[in-house]
This record gives sequence, structure tokens and C-alpha cells, in this order.
Amino acid sequence: MPNASKDIVVSNKLGLHARPAMQFVDVANGFASEIKVLKFGDEPGEADGKSVMQMIILAATEGTPMRIEADGDDADAAVKALAELFESKFGEEE
Amino acid sequence: MKLNEFIVADAIVAELAATDRDGALRELVTSLATAGAIEQGAVDDVVAALIKREQNGSTGFGKGVAVPHVKHPKVTKMVGTVGRSANGIDFAALDNQPVYSVVLLLSPENQPQQHLNAMNIVFTNLQKDMFRKFLRQSGTKQAIADLLDEADQGK
Repeated sequence: MPNASKDIVVSNKLGLHARPAMQFVDVANGFASEIKVLKFGDEPGEADGKSVMQMIILAATEGTPMRIEADGDDADAAVKALAELFESKFGEEE
Repeated sequence: MKLNEFIVADAIVAELAATDRDGALRELVTSLATAGAIEQGAVDDVVAALIKREQNGSTGFGKGVAVPHVKHPKVTKMVGTVGRSANGIDFAALDNQPVYSVVLLLSPENQPQQHLNAMNIVFTNLQKDMFRKFLRQSGTKQAIADLLDEADQGK
């Protein structure tokens, strides 16, 4: 099975709060691949990218380095789409 | 962070009188105001902001729990409370199931880290099957407060 990953940094000021977490899970659910999100830094963590609760528990603040991993036939497209959410700051202004 | 750093025990509502989402939000915010955790004059604005937030996307994340939350300029210190409904409330939850336990969180603006830490501890507990089960079964304010204390002590 193909897999893909990409390192990103949380760039929106409010961090990975409930709304971005849900937006991420919504997009993740559009792919068949398994999605895993790793949080690096002082308090590392790991979440199922298709679980809103697990994503919120990461409590990733602005500046937190993270990695999106996908495993499945559409892994490349999934990682691309999910990384774009972070890059667009989840549609938030800052 | 611990639950008792922001959950106001006096404001816990062991049996919500409200049977709908908006009523439950108002009941919990009013309870926080009665307990002195927020200004009485802020209740209407905060409730309106919470309802708007729910309309943008339900905080009923599934498994019978909802975590309505909002950042609001009239909130000067992060506070929260817990409400319980034996009959369940329609929160338009992600899994379309009724909500039996509501954890409400109000945060000041410009403190995103504190807000994320509070959400972290709330969901860390809500992810636990036993915590959700006991919360749903706790029929008095004291029983809920005790459950939260035990969670804070890592029991």
C-alpha cells in the first residue's frame, strides 16, 4: 500500500481548536487511506486523523511542528489536501 | 491543567430542566452567572455566541457528549460547567445521537493556549468510557463534582 507523509507547522494563531480539528476530520474522511497525525515538541502526541476528539486532545498551538501520515491507495492526495488546510490556516485570518 | 481550575462546581446542573439545545446553553450560562463566574449582564450575549457557534458546527462530538464553547470579550477568566440530561438533548451531534452530558467552556479572547489546554483535559476525560458512563449516571451536583475531582487525581 502506498503511503505518504508531510511535515507541517501549525500556523493559525488560535491553534488546532475544535473547528479546524473538525474541518481536518471532514477532509480526512473523504479519503479511504488511514490518516495519522503526529505532534512533535515538548508534549508529543499522536491522533487518528479521522477522530475529532483525538485531534482536539493534541491541543496543538501555533508554531507546533506536526506530521501528517496517510496509508492507502489515495495516500498522496490525502496528505496534499490535509497539508493545504494547515497552509491555508483553516480559513482563519491570522 | 486540571478540570477544577476552570469548572465551577457551584454552577454544575445535575438535571437540566431544558429539553432543547438552546435552552440547555442558556441554563448553563445562567448557572455560571448565578455562581458569580461571569457577569449577569453578559448572559444574553454569551448564549447568543454559543448558539451561533453551534450553528456553524455542532459541538456534539458523539458518544452522548457535547462541549459547547466560545471565546467572548465579556468573559474575563476561563470558566466552565457541566450539565446532565437524563432524557437526552438533541444537539445535532455528529453521530445523530442525543446528548446526555454537556461540558460548557467560556474563554476570554486572546488566550488560545489556555483554551486548547482546557479542551485537552475535557476531551481526555470524555474519551474514557468509564468517565462518560459515570458522568451520565451522576444524579447530583455533588456526585458530578466528586467525579471531576477523581478525574483530576487520575483515579
